[in-house]
Amino acid sequence: MDEVILSVKNLVKRFDDNTILNGISFDVRRGEVIVVLGPSGCGKSTLLRCLNALEPIQGGEIFLNGQAVDSAAKDLTGLRQQIGMVFQSYELFPHMSVLNNILIAPVQVQKRQREEVRAEALQLLERVGLREKQNSFPRELSGGQKQRVAIVRALCMHPEVLLLDEITAALDPEMVREVLDVVLNLAREGKTMLIVTHELSFARAIADRVLFIDGGKIVEQGKPADFFDHPQTERAKQFLRTFEYESVK
Amino acid sequence: MNWEFISKYLPLYEKAAWLTLKLGLLGIVLATLVGLLCAAVRYYRIPVLEGIVRIYIEISRNTPLLIQLFFIYYGLPKIGIRTDPASCGVAGLAFLGGSYMAEAFRSGLESVDPIQSETAYALGMSRSQALRFIILPQAAAVSVPAYMANVIFLLKETSVFSAVSLMDLMFTAKDLIGLYYKTTESLAMLVGFYLIILLPVSALGNVLERRLRYAGFGA
Ligand SMILES: Nc1ncnc2c1ncn2[C@@H]1O[C@H](COP(=O)(O)OP(=O)(O)OP(=O)(O)O)[C@@H](O)[C@H]1O
Ligand SMILES: [Mg+2]
Repeated sequence: MDEVILSVKNLVKRFDDNTILNGISFDVRRGEVIVVLGPSGCGKSTLLRCLNALEPIQGGEIFLNGQAVDSAAKDLTGLRQQIGMVFQSYELFPHMSVLNNILIAPVQVQKRQREEVRAEALQLLERVGLREKQNSFPRELSGGQKQRVAIVRALCMHPEVLLLDEITAALDPEMVREVLDVVLNLAREGKTMLIVTHELSFARAIADRVLFIDGGKIVEQGKPADFFDHPQTERAKQFLRTFEYESVK
Repeated sequence: MNWEFISKYLPLYEKAAWLTLKLGLLGIVLATLVGLLCAAVRYYRIPVLEGIVRIYIEISRNTPLLIQLFFIYYGLPKIGIRTDPASCGVAGLAFLGGSYMAEAFRSGLESVDPIQSETAYALGMSRSQALRFIILPQAAAVSVPAYMANVIFLLKETSVFSAVSLMDLMFTAKDLIGLYYKTTESLAMLVGFYLIILLPVSALGNVLERRLRYAGFGA
């Protein structure tokens, strides 16, 4: 369980002269689930986008299984296949059925046998309760269903690590649960994941480690119980307070 | 209505209609290629070329085909390029249509949210795979109505071909009116043949549009 899969060293990310991430370092070990927390606009999405080279970085290094990840990497597509990503807005391909959304990359990119991937896709769809939706189009699904399909699509590539960026933020409250349950099951199976979320009780339940980012730096990190119950820094305390409501009666 | 006159000159119109259709379609094919090229240049923001394409589009869209044809027919020989009426007509249609097609394709491409390509990249697709499997199919669906409207527009524009002495439908009608003063019959046949050419194209456009609407779009 100690093998480092993803290693981030001194990552610096700027948009023009606006520094968003200013020296971020952390390791992700196989089977580990890391939750990234931080105030809105602190660069959580940007961090995930850097990790699969959707954003060029201005400093530092990212290694996936020892290979450098950056937008100029020789085998960029090969690297990206090992990093699954699920976006807040699902981003299913609207012109393809659920099944084709899932099959397109394994078949076209990884050149796997369509039948073999299909069997796997159906099995995964079954597990997220969507097998009967295999021939539906994205517009026929609810937000929660779309997001579960997006997760299956990422999983079918057999990524080493899964990046989830606020995957329930666009969902109606009653659909949040069905999506988070899928993620909890993945964690139970030992999937390596880096999760950005504002669902604090979910974060607490799933995380092996919490990273709290503010002002471009990792301000605090640790086990969820420690972070949530005994935050060390003033900024973490302040952040956690924003989720609390005091009685007005 | 003089039916004898009509049946006598019907074959002449038929020949002219084939010429109009042939040159029209050739022009449309070329306009499509020009349009694809220009749309790609603008979509990928290729420096220098982008500026040239912009100027071309403005000139092409804001001058009448008749004047474009005159430039090609009378202008090009002045700088040593020999032209015949048929290639003039085709070139004029391609010049005019290229810009309209470019705008149709560009609006299709730009209707696809960039995050769709990022999703494709995140799945390990190369730029060309993302283009082929993800962007183009969605862009095409959006472009089809405008594309078909352009096809109809360009086929109608062929009616100015007679200005560079092409023996097209318009030329035939004018010729017959001038010779025999059978205005009603000549014009009826002119309108009839244009309808025969255009109605099926219109119908095809409607079918395509309906197909695309049912294709499961609108995430
Ligand atoms: N393409 C871009 N160009 C310029 N600035 C950007 C770009 N993308 C993001 N930013 C800026 O970078 C900062 C971090 O954005 P990011 O989306 O990573 O924040 P976040 O932590 O994910 O916020 P949220 O919790 O609201 O999702 C923001 O101030 C944003 O304005
Ligand atoms: Mg974000």
